[in-house]
Amino acid sequence: MNPEPLLTVRDLKTWYPIRRGVLNRAMGFVRAVDGVSFSLEKGRTLGLVGESGCGKTSLGRSLAGLEVPRSGEVLFRGEPVPPGNRRGKIWHKRIQMIFQDPFSSLNPRMTVMDIVTEGMAEHGMLKGSREQAAREVVSRVGLDPDAVFRYPHEFSGGQRQRISVARAVSLNPELVVCDEAVSALDVSVQAQVIRLLKRLQEELALSYLFISHDLAVVSTLSHEVAVMYLGKIVEYGPTAEVLHKPQHPYTQALLSAVPRPGKEKTHRIVLPGEPPSPARPPSGCRFHPRCPQAMEVCRSVDPDARTRGPVQVWCHLY
Amino acid sequence: MTRPLLELTDLKVVFDTDEGVLAAVDGVGFSIQRNEVLGLVGESGCGKSVTAMSMLSLIPSPPGRIVSGRALFDGRDLISLSHQELRQIRGRRISMIFQDPMTALSPLHRIGNQLAEVWAIHSSMKNREALERAREWLGKMGIPDPGDAISAYPHELSGGMQQRVMIAMALMLDPELVIADEPTTALDVTTSAQIFELLHEMRRDRTSILLITHDLGVVWETCDRVLVMYAGKLVEEAPVRELFRQPAHPYTRELLRSIPGFDPDRELYAIKGQVPSALNYPAGCRFHDRCPDAFGRCEQEEPPLYVLSGGRRSACFLAEKWVS
Repeated sequence: MNPEPLLTVRDLKTWYPIRRGVLNRAMGFVRAVDGVSFSLEKGRTLGLVGESGCGKTSLGRSLAGLEVPRSGEVLFRGEPVPPGNRRGKIWHKRIQMIFQDPFSSLNPRMTVMDIVTEGMAEHGMLKGSREQAAREVVSRVGLDPDAVFRYPHEFSGGQRQRISVARAVSLNPELVVCDEAVSALDVSVQAQVIRLLKRLQEELALSYLFISHDLAVVSTLSHEVAVMYLGKIVEYGPTAEVLHKPQHPYTQALLSAVPRPGKEKTHRIVLPGEPPSPARPPSGCRFHPRCPQAMEVCRSVDPDARTRGPVQVWCHLY
Repeated sequence: MTRPLLELTDLKVVFDTDEGVLAAVDGVGFSIQRNEVLGLVGESGCGKSVTAMSMLSLIPSPPGRIVSGRALFDGRDLISLSHQELRQIRGRRISMIFQDPMTALSPLHRIGNQLAEVWAIHSSMKNREALERAREWLGKMGIPDPGDAISAYPHELSGGMQQRVMIAMALMLDPELVIADEPTTALDVTTSAQIFELLHEMRRDRTSILLITHDLGVVWETCDRVLVMYAGKLVEEAPVRELFRQPAHPYTRELLRSIPGFDPDRELYAIKGQVPSALNYPAGCRFHDRCPDAFGRCEQEEPPLYVLSGGRRSACFLAEKWVS
């Protein structure tokens, strides 16, 4: 096995300036991603879960080169990946992204053929005719090859998401950032797309960063899971460990809030209040104002990572 | 059994589109009992929202048309009522909670005024008193600083807080029926948990809820009875536990199997094929080309909604087999 993981992220920070006044000066920052580290091996999936505003999308976009991080390091097989604004074409081939909304992420004026081969043409990957290449790519994602002459509006949400997947895999990427890729889909369609993603992972040895708010979906295809709260990872480890033996009080609350059909309702931890603004994160542990188990130390000291078996957890309880 | 609160029979709703007549709801009928939470589930486009909206004459017309159907509420048919008469019921005796609070609330009016308007329309309460009541209700809904919230505009509140305002609006007049259309779909899980907790607490004993959702987990935890719709038809009805224990329609069974669990080792199951277009439903049972149990008859003949024991119904020729 390659000693270098495919992707290593060290202390990544993506902040957005809050600009005010006539001089348009930055009066503060929204600390969307505030010091995140993890690594991802080839052919594996890291699930990134958290609620709206926790920074999971900003993190994904920073990796895909769509946001420019403020600081931190991203290594691809040990090689530093330049930030989005200074990133060469080759990186867009290696790292692709699938977006949540299959309605706004496909150009309505382009045919499926143009959508899925645009990148290949750009990267000089077209061997034969464009049509031939397009047919191959769309059949790989389970669409009818004749679909290449049609426009996105002629397809259902699930089929459109297949087109997005086709576009992403057309470049033979190594890492695909899936940002809520199945969240807009109905259960039965969702299951079909998840199975497709899994099959492609096996066939092409893809690595996924699978971003979702839905813990159940994440559990179906992630090898590891990272739970994010207000810009930071609070728990990180193998999927089964994190989902079945959650250690961080936030992970516990998040899991207990998910209604599971067929299971008796367990004691639900209802968190008070709402997540604070990432522009003004609380002192100490960011979760302490809502944490049912907060202690004195949590107010002032930001916890560092504790290793508990295969899991890392950022909490003073351990 | 006492008379149901609402009894819907043979509802047919079509939409006239450029491509043809779209049969959104095709012969749906059910009843809602007093003091029950009834779930209406199905995938996008199956007609669940149209069914609920039609009962309150809230579908845009044109293009929508109610071809047939009766919705008996307290002895009166809601569908044939005049707008004037309907207004006496809608909002006061039957209220609605919509999916997206951001679009359901007016962006131009302060929260307090929007709530006070409910009393202004349905009672002779003075504005000042109504505002005071609005403040009280916001407090009851767990909104911090209700005094500030009444003078806030919707965009100043988070999605969860907006939905609390919507719930206050729906429950303030103590309605007999609340129709909640995907009330927490736009919200995070922990917020959604708060909202359901609130809905349960606030619901007076006599209020029934029709909960429209695609989330079977939510159905499992909140509903007493469930209706399952597929392609404009009601395909199954059952008490919630029975539905999950032993579905009486292959669609329900397949749907339940495709819910992701918390088991990374389990291979996720997916129903083959796609939901048919409402412009062009297949002959026979509308699920037959996706159904692993389909046989000759299913392709030609549309199965009726069979009545089974235990308050269950199923639109499958093999219904008896599935529950035995």
